[in-house]
Amino acid sequence: MKYSGIKVLWEGLRGNMGWKPLWRNPDPKKSYDIIIVGGGGHGLATAYYLAEKFKITNIAVVEKGWLGSGNIGRNTTIIRSNYLLPQNQPFYEFSLKLWENLEQELNYNSMVSQRGVLNIFHSDSQRDAFVRRGNAMLMSGADASLLGVNDLKKIVPFLDFQNSRFPIKGGLWQPRGGTVRHDAVAWGYAKEADSRGVDIIENCEATNFLVKNGRCYGVETTKGVIKSKKVGVCVAGSSSQVMGKIGINLPIESHVLQAFVSEGLKPVIPGVITFGAGHFYVSQSNKGGLVFGGDIDGYNSYAQRGNLPVIEDVCEGGVALMPMIGRARLLRIWGGIMDMSMDGSPIIDKTKIKNLYFNGGWCYGGFKATPASGFCYAHLLATGTSHHDAKDFLFNRFEKGRLIDEKGQGNQPNLH
Amino acid sequence: MLIDHPLLGLRDSSEFIYMGDAKLLNRPNWKSKNSKTKFIDYGYLRKNPAGVHKELWYHEQGDRSWLVVTRNTVTHEILKVELARYLKRKANAK
Repeated sequence: MKYSGIKVLWEGLRGNMGWKPLWRNPDPKKSYDIIIVGGGGHGLATAYYLAEKFKITNIAVVEKGWLGSGNIGRNTTIIRSNYLLPQNQPFYEFSLKLWENLEQELNYNSMVSQRGVLNIFHSDSQRDAFVRRGNAMLMSGADASLLGVNDLKKIVPFLDFQNSRFPIKGGLWQPRGGTVRHDAVAWGYAKEADSRGVDIIENCEATNFLVKNGRCYGVETTKGVIKSKKVGVCVAGSSSQVMGKIGINLPIESHVLQAFVSEGLKPVIPGVITFGAGHFYVSQSNKGGLVFGGDIDGYNSYAQRGNLPVIEDVCEGGVALMPMIGRARLLRIWGGIMDMSMDGSPIIDKTKIKNLYFNGGWCYGGFKATPASGFCYAHLLATGTSHHDAKDFLFNRFEKGRLIDEKGQGNQPNLH
Repeated sequence: MLIDHPLLGLRDSSEFIYMGDAKLLNRPNWKSKNSKTKFIDYGYLRKNPAGVHKELWYHEQGDRSWLVVTRNTVTHEILKVELARYLKRKANAK
Protein backbone atom coordinates (compact mmCIF):
# COMPACT_ATOMS: atom_id res chain seq x y z
CA MET A 1 0.00 0.00 0.00
CA LYS A 2 1.23 3.47 -0.91
CA TYR A 3 0.48 6.35 1.42
CA SER A 4 0.09 9.93 0.25
CA GLY A 5 -1.83 13.08 1.10
CA ILE A 6 -4.17 12.47 -1.79
CA LYS A 7 -4.83 8.93 -0.56
CA VAL A 8 -5.71 10.23 2.92
CA LEU A 9 -8.14 12.76 1.39
CA TRP A 10 -9.67 10.17 -0.92
CA GLU A 11 -10.15 7.64 1.88
CA GLY A 12 -11.61 10.37 4.08
CA LEU A 13 -14.25 11.02 1.45
CA ARG A 14 -15.02 7.29 1.10
CA GLY A 15 -15.43 6.63 4.80
CA ASN A 16 -11.94 5.09 5.17
CA MET A 17 -13.12 1.76 3.76
CA GLY A 18 -10.16 1.25 1.42
CA TRP A 19 -7.32 0.74 3.91
CA LYS A 20 -5.81 -2.73 3.84
CA PRO A 21 -3.57 -4.68 6.25
CA LEU A 22 0.08 -3.67 5.91
CA TRP A 23 1.42 -7.19 5.62
CA ARG A 24 0.11 -10.61 4.62
CA ASN A 25 -0.31 -13.43 7.08
CA PRO A 26 1.33 -16.30 5.17
CA ASP A 27 1.92 -19.90 6.21
CA PRO A 28 5.59 -20.83 6.20
CA LYS A 29 7.01 -22.35 3.04
CA LYS A 30 9.18 -25.48 3.27
CA SER A 31 12.41 -23.63 2.73
CA TYR A 32 13.91 -20.17 2.38
CA ASP A 33 17.26 -18.61 1.58
CA ILE A 34 17.36 -16.91 4.95
CA ILE A 35 15.29 -17.27 8.11
CA ILE A 36 15.38 -14.45 10.62
CA VAL A 37 14.39 -15.50 14.12
CA GLY A 38 12.69 -12.58 15.83
CA GLY A 39 10.17 -10.17 14.33
CA GLY A 40 11.09 -7.09 16.30
CA GLY A 41 12.57 -3.85 15.05
CA HIS A 42 16.01 -5.24 14.31
CA GLY A 43 14.73 -8.44 12.67
CA LEU A 44 12.28 -6.60 10.42
CA ALA A 45 14.88 -3.98 9.52
CA THR A 46 17.26 -6.82 8.61
CA ALA A 47 14.63 -8.39 6.36
CA TYR A 48 13.90 -5.05 4.71
CA TYR A 49 17.56 -4.21 3.99
CA LEU A 50 18.22 -7.76 2.74
CA ALA A 51 15.38 -7.32 0.26
CA GLU A 52 16.06 -3.70 -0.65
CA LYS A 53 19.85 -3.41 -0.64
CA PHE A 54 20.99 -6.98 -1.19
CA LYS A 55 18.10 -8.18 -3.40
CA ILE A 56 17.48 -11.34 -1.37
CA THR A 57 13.72 -11.71 -1.00
CA ASN A 58 13.21 -15.41 -0.29
CA ILE A 59 13.21 -14.68 3.45
CA ALA A 60 11.05 -15.64 6.40
CA VAL A 61 10.86 -13.70 9.64
CA VAL A 62 9.54 -15.99 12.39
CA GLU A 63 8.15 -14.30 15.47
CA LYS A 64 7.04 -15.99 18.68
CA GLY A 65 4.34 -13.44 19.54
CA TRP A 66 2.85 -10.69 17.45
CA LEU A 67 4.97 -8.42 15.31
CA GLY A 68 6.94 -5.89 17.31
CA SER A 69 5.84 -7.28 20.67
CA GLY A 70 9.25 -7.08 22.30
CA ASN A 71 11.47 -4.14 23.04
CA ILE A 72 10.52 -2.17 19.91
CA GLY A 73 7.15 -1.79 21.62
CA ARG A 74 8.44 -0.91 25.09
CA ASN A 75 11.35 1.51 24.78
CA THR A 76 11.61 5.26 25.36
CA THR A 77 11.93 6.09 21.64
CA ILE A 78 15.14 8.15 21.70
CA ILE A 79 17.49 8.43 18.73
CA ARG A 80 20.96 9.98 19.03
CA SER A 81 24.57 9.45 18.02
CA ASN A 82 26.51 10.79 20.98
CA TYR A 83 28.89 7.95 21.73
CA LEU A 84 32.59 8.28 22.43
CA LEU A 85 34.52 5.24 21.23
CA PRO A 86 35.62 4.91 17.58
CA GLN A 87 34.11 1.38 17.40
CA ASN A 88 30.67 2.70 18.40
CA GLN A 89 30.22 6.29 17.25
CA PRO A 90 30.41 5.82 13.44
CA PHE A 91 27.86 3.00 13.73
CA TYR A 92 25.36 5.15 15.64
CA GLU A 93 25.93 8.08 13.28
CA PHE A 94 25.23 5.74 10.35
CA SER A 95 22.03 4.78 12.17
CA LEU A 96 21.01 8.40 12.70
CA LYS A 97 21.53 9.10 8.98
CA LEU A 98 19.24 6.17 8.15
CA TRP A 99 16.65 7.50 10.63
CA GLU A 100 16.67 10.87 8.88
CA ASN A 101 15.52 9.35 5.62
CA LEU A 102 13.47 6.51 7.07
CA GLU A 103 9.96 7.82 6.48
CA GLN A 104 10.60 8.65 2.83
CA GLU A 105 12.28 5.29 2.29
CA LEU A 106 9.48 3.28 3.91
CA ASN A 107 6.64 5.55 2.78
CA TYR A 108 5.37 5.40 6.34
CA ASN A 109 4.94 8.07 8.97
CA SER A 110 7.09 7.05 11.91
CA MET A 111 7.15 10.57 13.36
CA VAL A 112 10.92 11.03 13.28
CA SER A 113 11.20 14.19 15.32
CA GLN A 114 14.68 15.72 15.57
CA ARG A 115 14.12 18.06 18.47
CA GLY A 116 17.58 17.58 19.92
CA VAL A 117 19.24 15.67 22.74
CA LEU A 118 20.73 17.62 25.64
CA ASN A 119 23.16 16.05 28.13
CA ILE A 120 23.51 18.26 31.20
CA PHE A 121 26.82 18.51 33.06
CA HIS A 122 27.39 19.66 36.61
CA SER A 123 31.14 20.01 37.20
CA ASP A 124 34.34 21.07 35.47
CA SER A 125 35.57 17.52 35.06
CA GLN A 126 32.25 16.44 33.59
CA ARG A 127 32.47 19.38 31.20
CA ASP A 128 35.90 18.18 30.06
CA ALA A 129 34.53 14.69 29.47
CA PHE A 130 31.65 16.10 27.43
CA VAL A 131 33.98 18.29 25.37
CA ARG A 132 35.92 15.15 24.52
CA ARG A 133 32.73 13.31 23.65
CA GLY A 134 31.53 16.24 21.53
CA ASN A 135 34.81 16.20 19.61
CA ALA A 136 34.48 12.45 19.03
CA MET A 137 31.00 13.08 17.67
CA LEU A 138 32.20 15.85 15.33
CA MET A 139 35.02 13.63 14.06
CA SER A 140 32.51 10.95 13.07
CA GLY A 141 30.54 13.50 11.07
CA ALA A 142 27.82 13.96 13.67
CA ASP A 143 26.71 17.31 15.07
CA ALA A 144 27.44 18.53 18.57
CA SER A 145 27.77 21.80 20.38
CA LEU A 146 28.58 22.85 23.90
CA LEU A 147 26.04 25.10 25.60
CA GLY A 148 26.73 27.32 28.58
CA VAL A 149 24.31 28.18 31.36
CA ASN A 150 23.00 31.28 29.54
CA ASP A 151 22.21 29.24 26.41
CA LEU A 152 20.45 26.62 28.53
CA LYS A 153 18.35 29.21 30.33
CA LYS A 154 16.87 30.20 26.97
CA ILE A 155 15.79 26.72 25.91
CA VAL A 156 15.21 24.92 29.23
CA PRO A 157 14.53 27.66 31.81
CA PHE A 158 12.78 25.26 34.16
CA LEU A 159 15.91 23.31 35.20
CA ASP A 160 17.15 23.66 38.78
CA PHE A 161 20.28 25.64 37.85
CA GLN A 162 21.12 26.58 41.45
CA ASN A 163 20.75 23.06 42.88
CA SER A 164 23.06 23.19 45.88
CA ARG A 165 24.55 19.74 45.39
CA PHE A 166 24.59 19.48 41.59
CA PRO A 167 24.52 22.99 40.12
CA ILE A 168 24.10 23.00 36.34
CA LYS A 169 27.18 24.19 34.45
CA GLY A 170 26.07 23.59 30.87
CA GLY A 171 25.19 20.87 28.40
CA LEU A 172 26.26 18.90 25.35
CA TRP A 173 23.67 19.45 22.65
CA GLN A 174 23.00 17.28 19.61
CA PRO A 175 20.32 19.02 17.54
CA ARG A 176 19.85 16.05 15.18
CA GLY A 177 18.90 13.69 18.01
CA GLY A 178 15.28 13.26 18.97
CA THR A 179 12.48 10.74 19.20
CA VAL A 180 10.60 8.39 16.87
CA ARG A 181 7.20 6.71 17.09
CA HIS A 182 8.62 3.30 18.00
CA ASP A 183 5.82 0.93 16.93
CA ALA A 184 5.57 2.65 13.57
CA VAL A 185 9.19 1.70 12.91
CA ALA A 186 8.34 -1.99 13.17
CA TRP A 187 5.18 -1.54 11.12
CA GLY A 188 6.96 0.48 8.43
CA TYR A 189 9.76 -2.06 8.03
CA ALA A 190 7.22 -4.90 8.05
CA LYS A 191 5.12 -3.23 5.35
CA GLU A 192 8.05 -2.65 3.00
CA ALA A 193 9.70 -6.03 3.65
CA ASP A 194 6.36 -7.77 3.02
CA SER A 195 5.75 -5.86 -0.21
CA ARG A 196 9.13 -7.12 -1.46
CA GLY A 197 8.11 -10.74 -0.84
CA VAL A 198 9.39 -11.38 2.69
CA ASP A 199 7.15 -13.78 4.64
CA ILE A 200 6.46 -12.46 8.12
CA ILE A 201 5.18 -15.38 10.19
CA GLU A 202 3.72 -14.35 13.52
CA ASN A 203 2.83 -16.62 16.46
CA CYS A 204 5.52 -19.00 15.27
CA GLU A 205 8.14 -19.73 17.91
CA ALA A 206 11.52 -21.09 16.87
CA THR A 207 11.89 -24.04 19.24
CA ASN A 208 15.21 -25.42 18.02
CA PHE A 209 17.83 -25.19 15.32
CA LEU A 210 18.48 -27.88 12.75
CA VAL A 211 22.21 -28.56 12.90
CA LYS A 212 24.18 -31.27 11.14
CA ASN A 213 27.99 -31.59 11.01
CA GLY A 214 28.34 -28.14 12.54
CA ARG A 215 26.12 -26.51 9.92
CA CYS A 216 22.74 -24.96 10.53
CA TYR A 217 20.15 -25.71 7.85
CA GLY A 218 16.90 -24.47 9.31
CA VAL A 219 14.74 -24.13 12.40
CA GLU A 220 12.09 -26.18 14.12
CA THR A 221 9.11 -24.02 14.90
CA THR A 222 5.68 -24.36 16.43
CA LYS A 223 4.40 -24.29 12.82
CA GLY A 224 6.67 -27.13 11.70
CA VAL A 225 10.17 -27.49 10.32
CA ILE A 226 11.43 -24.72 8.04
CA LYS A 227 14.68 -25.19 6.15
CA SER A 228 16.99 -22.46 5.00
CA LYS A 229 20.49 -21.80 3.77
CA LYS A 230 21.19 -19.32 6.56
CA VAL A 231 19.61 -18.51 9.92
CA GLY A 232 19.94 -15.13 11.60
CA VAL A 233 19.04 -14.88 15.28
CA CYS A 234 17.83 -11.43 16.29
CA VAL A 235 16.01 -11.80 19.61
CA ALA A 236 17.60 -9.33 22.02
CA GLY A 237 16.13 -9.89 25.47
CA SER A 238 15.88 -13.64 24.91
CA SER A 239 19.25 -14.18 23.24
CA SER A 240 20.61 -16.49 25.94
CA GLN A 241 17.42 -18.55 25.86
CA VAL A 242 17.45 -19.02 22.10
CA MET A 243 21.19 -19.65 21.74
CA GLY A 244 21.06 -21.90 24.81
CA LYS A 245 18.99 -24.37 22.76
CA ILE A 246 22.17 -25.36 20.93
CA GLY A 247 24.42 -25.00 23.96
CA ILE A 248 26.00 -21.64 23.17
CA ASN A 249 26.67 -19.50 26.25
CA LEU A 250 26.77 -15.79 25.49
CA PRO A 251 28.63 -12.90 27.11
CA ILE A 252 25.23 -11.57 28.13
CA GLU A 253 23.03 -11.25 31.22
CA SER A 254 19.33 -10.39 30.95
CA HIS A 255 18.24 -7.42 33.02
CA VAL A 256 15.00 -5.53 33.41
CA LEU A 257 14.82 -1.84 32.49
CA GLN A 258 11.79 0.16 33.53
CA ALA A 259 10.19 3.03 31.63
CA PHE A 260 7.69 5.60 32.83
CA VAL A 261 5.00 7.86 31.40
CA SER A 262 3.28 10.70 33.23
CA GLU A 263 -0.19 12.02 32.60
CA GLY A 264 -0.56 14.24 29.53
CA LEU A 265 0.77 17.78 29.98
CA LYS A 266 1.01 20.87 27.79
CA PRO A 267 4.19 21.04 25.67
CA VAL A 268 7.04 21.82 28.04
CA ILE A 269 10.08 19.61 27.35
CA PRO A 270 11.92 20.51 24.12
CA GLY A 271 13.60 17.34 22.85
CA VAL A 272 15.38 14.93 25.14
CA ILE A 273 17.10 16.01 28.38
CA THR A 274 19.44 13.86 30.45
CA PHE A 275 20.61 14.47 34.02
CA GLY A 276 24.38 14.35 34.48
CA ALA A 277 24.53 13.68 38.22
CA GLY A 278 22.24 10.68 38.31
CA HIS A 279 20.61 8.47 35.73
CA PHE A 280 17.47 10.15 34.42
CA TYR A 281 16.35 11.09 30.92
CA VAL A 282 13.10 12.58 29.74
CA SER A 283 11.25 13.56 26.58
CA GLN A 284 7.65 14.49 25.93
CA SER A 285 5.44 12.39 23.70
CA ASN A 286 3.13 13.85 21.07
CA LYS A 287 0.23 13.10 23.39
CA GLY A 288 1.86 15.21 26.10
CA GLY A 289 3.00 12.52 28.51
CA LEU A 290 6.50 12.82 29.89
CA VAL A 291 8.38 9.69 28.84
CA PHE A 292 11.28 9.00 31.16
CA GLY A 293 13.61 6.38 32.54
CA GLY A 294 16.87 5.71 34.31
CA ASP A 295 18.93 2.77 35.51
CA ILE A 296 18.23 -0.91 35.03
CA ASP A 297 17.15 -2.71 38.19
CA GLY A 298 20.53 -4.40 38.29
CA TYR A 299 19.81 -8.11 38.83
CA ASN A 300 19.18 -10.87 36.29
CA SER A 301 15.53 -10.86 35.33
CA TYR A 302 13.14 -12.08 32.67
CA ALA A 303 10.09 -10.69 34.46
CA GLN A 304 9.27 -7.64 32.26
CA ARG A 305 8.53 -5.74 35.45
CA GLY A 306 10.84 -4.13 37.96
CA ASN A 307 10.83 -3.17 41.60
CA LEU A 308 10.22 -0.03 43.61
CA PRO A 309 13.76 1.10 44.58
CA VAL A 310 14.59 1.97 40.97
CA ILE A 311 11.28 3.80 40.51
CA GLU A 312 12.14 5.92 43.53
CA ASP A 313 15.67 6.54 42.26
CA VAL A 314 14.51 7.60 38.79
CA CYS A 315 11.86 9.94 40.16
CA GLU A 316 14.38 11.49 42.58
CA GLY A 317 16.71 12.14 39.65
CA GLY A 318 13.90 13.79 37.73
CA VAL A 319 12.87 16.06 40.55
CA ALA A 320 16.50 17.02 41.25
CA LEU A 321 16.90 18.12 37.62
CA MET A 322 13.51 19.80 37.11
CA PRO A 323 11.55 20.25 40.34
CA MET A 324 8.44 21.27 38.39
CA ILE A 325 7.67 17.65 37.47
CA GLY A 326 7.22 16.77 41.15
CA ARG A 327 3.50 17.41 40.76
CA ALA A 328 3.00 15.44 37.56
CA ARG A 329 1.28 12.16 38.24
CA LEU A 330 2.79 8.91 37.03
CA LEU A 331 0.46 7.18 34.60
CA ARG A 332 2.20 3.99 33.57
CA ILE A 333 5.33 1.98 34.38
CA TRP A 334 6.52 -1.04 32.49
CA GLY A 335 9.65 -3.12 32.09
CA GLY A 336 11.54 -4.67 29.21
CA ILE A 337 14.28 -7.29 29.19
CA MET A 338 17.68 -6.12 28.01
CA ASP A 339 20.58 -8.17 26.68
CA MET A 340 23.22 -6.62 28.94
CA SER A 341 26.55 -7.55 27.41
CA MET A 342 29.85 -7.81 29.26
CA ASP A 343 31.23 -4.55 27.88
CA GLY A 344 28.02 -2.65 27.16
CA SER A 345 28.32 -2.98 23.38
CA PRO A 346 26.44 -5.17 20.92
CA ILE A 347 27.37 -8.25 18.89
CA ILE A 348 26.67 -8.69 15.17
CA ASP A 349 28.64 -11.75 14.16
CA LYS A 350 28.82 -15.31 12.86
CA THR A 351 28.66 -18.08 15.44
CA LYS A 352 30.80 -21.20 15.72
CA ILE A 353 28.00 -23.06 13.90
CA LYS A 354 28.21 -22.48 10.17
CA ASN A 355 25.34 -20.55 8.56
CA LEU A 356 24.06 -19.46 11.97
CA TYR A 357 24.40 -15.75 12.69
CA PHE A 358 23.79 -13.71 15.80
CA ASN A 359 22.65 -10.16 16.50
CA GLY A 360 22.12 -9.09 20.12
CA GLY A 361 23.64 -7.66 23.26
CA TRP A 362 22.16 -4.22 22.66
CA CYS A 363 21.99 -3.36 26.36
CA TYR A 364 19.49 -0.53 26.67
CA GLY A 365 20.58 1.22 23.48
CA GLY A 366 18.90 -1.00 20.94
CA PHE A 367 16.14 1.25 19.66
CA LYS A 368 18.32 4.02 18.23
CA ALA A 369 20.43 1.33 16.54
CA THR A 370 17.49 -0.31 14.73
CA PRO A 371 18.19 0.85 11.14
CA ALA A 372 21.98 0.42 11.26
CA SER A 373 21.66 -2.88 13.10
CA GLY A 374 19.32 -4.15 10.40
CA PHE A 375 21.57 -2.82 7.63
CA CYS A 376 24.79 -4.24 9.07
CA TYR A 377 23.19 -7.58 9.92
CA ALA A 378 21.78 -7.80 6.39
CA HIS A 379 25.29 -7.05 5.10
CA LEU A 380 26.72 -9.88 7.20
CA LEU A 381 23.97 -12.34 6.20
CA ALA A 382 24.20 -11.50 2.51
CA THR A 383 27.96 -11.19 2.04
CA GLY A 384 29.41 -13.17 4.95
CA THR A 385 31.57 -10.21 5.96
CA SER A 386 31.01 -7.52 8.56
CA HIS A 387 29.83 -4.08 7.49
CA HIS A 388 32.51 -1.42 7.89
CA ASP A 389 30.66 0.39 10.67
CA ALA A 390 30.00 -2.82 12.65
CA LYS A 391 33.33 -4.54 12.12
CA ASP A 392 34.25 -4.54 15.83
CA PHE A 393 30.98 -5.99 17.18
CA LEU A 394 32.44 -9.50 17.26
CA PHE A 395 32.27 -12.39 19.72
CA ASN A 396 36.04 -12.77 19.84
CA ARG A 397 36.64 -9.28 21.22
CA PHE A 398 36.29 -10.69 24.73
CA GLU A 399 39.04 -13.29 24.37
CA LYS A 400 41.22 -10.90 22.36
CA GLY A 401 40.91 -8.16 24.97
CA ARG A 402 39.37 -5.69 22.51
CA LEU A 403 36.40 -4.78 24.65
CA ILE A 404 34.27 -1.83 23.57
CA ASP A 405 33.63 -0.53 27.04
CA GLU A 406 31.97 2.85 26.52
CA LYS A 407 31.50 3.39 30.24
CA GLY A 408 34.75 1.81 31.45
CA GLN A 409 33.07 -0.52 33.92
CA GLY A 410 34.68 -3.84 33.05
CA ASN A 411 32.87 -7.15 32.72
CA GLN A 412 29.94 -6.31 34.97
CA PRO A 413 26.79 -6.11 32.84
CA ASN A 414 24.61 -4.38 35.43
CA LEU A 415 26.92 -1.35 35.49
CA HIS A 416 26.83 -0.62 31.75
CA MET B 1 12.67 -7.80 47.00
CA LEU B 2 13.48 -8.89 50.54
CA ILE B 3 16.52 -11.09 51.04
CA ASP B 4 16.40 -13.41 54.05
CA HIS B 5 19.96 -12.93 55.29
CA PRO B 6 21.06 -16.03 57.28
CA LEU B 7 22.41 -13.86 60.12
CA LEU B 8 20.33 -10.67 59.93
CA GLY B 9 16.93 -11.80 58.76
CA LEU B 10 14.87 -10.07 56.08
CA ARG B 11 16.77 -7.16 54.47
CA ASP B 12 15.77 -4.92 51.57
CA SER B 13 17.59 -5.83 48.35
CA SER B 14 18.61 -2.19 47.88
CA GLU B 15 21.12 -2.64 50.74
CA PHE B 16 23.00 -5.09 48.53
CA ILE B 17 25.25 -4.93 45.50
CA TYR B 18 24.58 -7.51 42.81
CA MET B 19 27.48 -9.43 41.29
CA GLY B 20 25.77 -11.96 39.02
CA ASP B 21 26.21 -15.71 38.54
CA ALA B 22 27.57 -17.54 41.62
CA LYS B 23 29.95 -19.43 39.35
CA LEU B 24 32.31 -16.51 40.05
CA LEU B 25 33.09 -18.26 43.37
CA ASN B 26 34.89 -20.98 41.43
CA ARG B 27 37.84 -19.25 39.90
CA PRO B 28 39.77 -21.55 37.54
CA ASN B 29 43.28 -22.66 38.42
CA TRP B 30 45.69 -20.73 36.17
CA LYS B 31 47.99 -23.74 36.04
CA SER B 32 45.31 -26.11 34.79
CA LYS B 33 44.99 -27.33 31.21
CA ASN B 34 43.13 -24.95 28.88
CA SER B 35 43.26 -22.32 31.58
CA LYS B 36 42.91 -19.57 28.94
CA THR B 37 39.60 -20.95 27.70
CA LYS B 38 38.46 -21.47 31.27
CA PHE B 39 39.22 -17.88 32.20
CA ILE B 40 37.38 -16.51 29.15
CA ASP B 41 34.41 -18.61 30.20
CA TYR B 42 34.77 -17.49 33.83
CA GLY B 43 35.13 -13.82 32.99
CA TYR B 44 32.69 -13.36 30.15
CA LEU B 45 30.28 -16.21 29.45
CA ARG B 46 27.06 -16.76 31.39
CA LYS B 47 24.26 -19.35 31.34
CA ASN B 48 21.77 -16.56 32.09
CA PRO B 49 18.80 -18.87 32.76
CA ALA B 50 15.13 -17.91 32.72
CA GLY B 51 14.19 -19.61 35.97
CA VAL B 52 16.24 -20.68 38.98
CA HIS B 53 19.54 -18.82 39.21
CA LYS B 54 22.28 -18.94 41.86
CA GLU B 55 23.79 -15.51 42.22
CA LEU B 56 26.04 -13.36 44.38
CA TRP B 57 24.76 -10.48 46.47
CA TYR B 58 27.12 -8.38 48.63
CA HIS B 59 25.59 -6.82 51.74
CA GLU B 60 27.43 -3.54 51.36
CA GLN B 61 25.17 -1.48 53.58
CA GLY B 62 24.98 -4.18 56.22
CA ASP B 63 27.45 -6.73 57.52
CA ARG B 64 29.47 -6.79 54.26
CA SER B 65 29.02 -10.51 53.79
CA TRP B 66 28.73 -12.21 50.43
CA LEU B 67 25.54 -14.21 49.97
CA VAL B 68 24.62 -16.87 47.46
CA VAL B 69 20.98 -16.24 46.68
CA THR B 70 18.93 -18.80 44.77
CA ARG B 71 16.27 -16.82 42.96
CA ASN B 72 13.79 -17.31 40.15
CA THR B 73 14.58 -14.76 37.44
CA VAL B 74 11.09 -15.02 35.96
CA THR B 75 9.11 -14.37 39.14
CA HIS B 76 11.79 -12.70 41.34
CA GLU B 77 10.93 -15.25 44.04
CA ILE B 78 13.85 -15.93 46.40
CA LEU B 79 14.16 -19.63 47.16
CA LYS B 80 17.27 -19.91 49.31
CA VAL B 81 19.92 -17.64 50.86
CA GLU B 82 23.30 -18.92 52.03
CA LEU B 83 26.53 -17.35 53.22
CA ALA B 84 29.08 -17.65 50.44
CA ARG B 85 31.93 -18.25 52.88
CA TYR B 86 30.18 -21.27 54.42
CA LEU B 87 29.53 -22.76 51.00
CA LYS B 88 33.15 -22.22 50.06
CA ARG B 89 34.42 -23.77 53.31
CA LYS B 90 32.17 -26.75 52.84
CA ALA B 91 33.40 -27.21 49.26
CA ASN B 92 37.05 -26.87 50.28
CA ALA B 93 36.65 -29.40 53.11
CA LYS B 94 35.56 -32.07 50.65
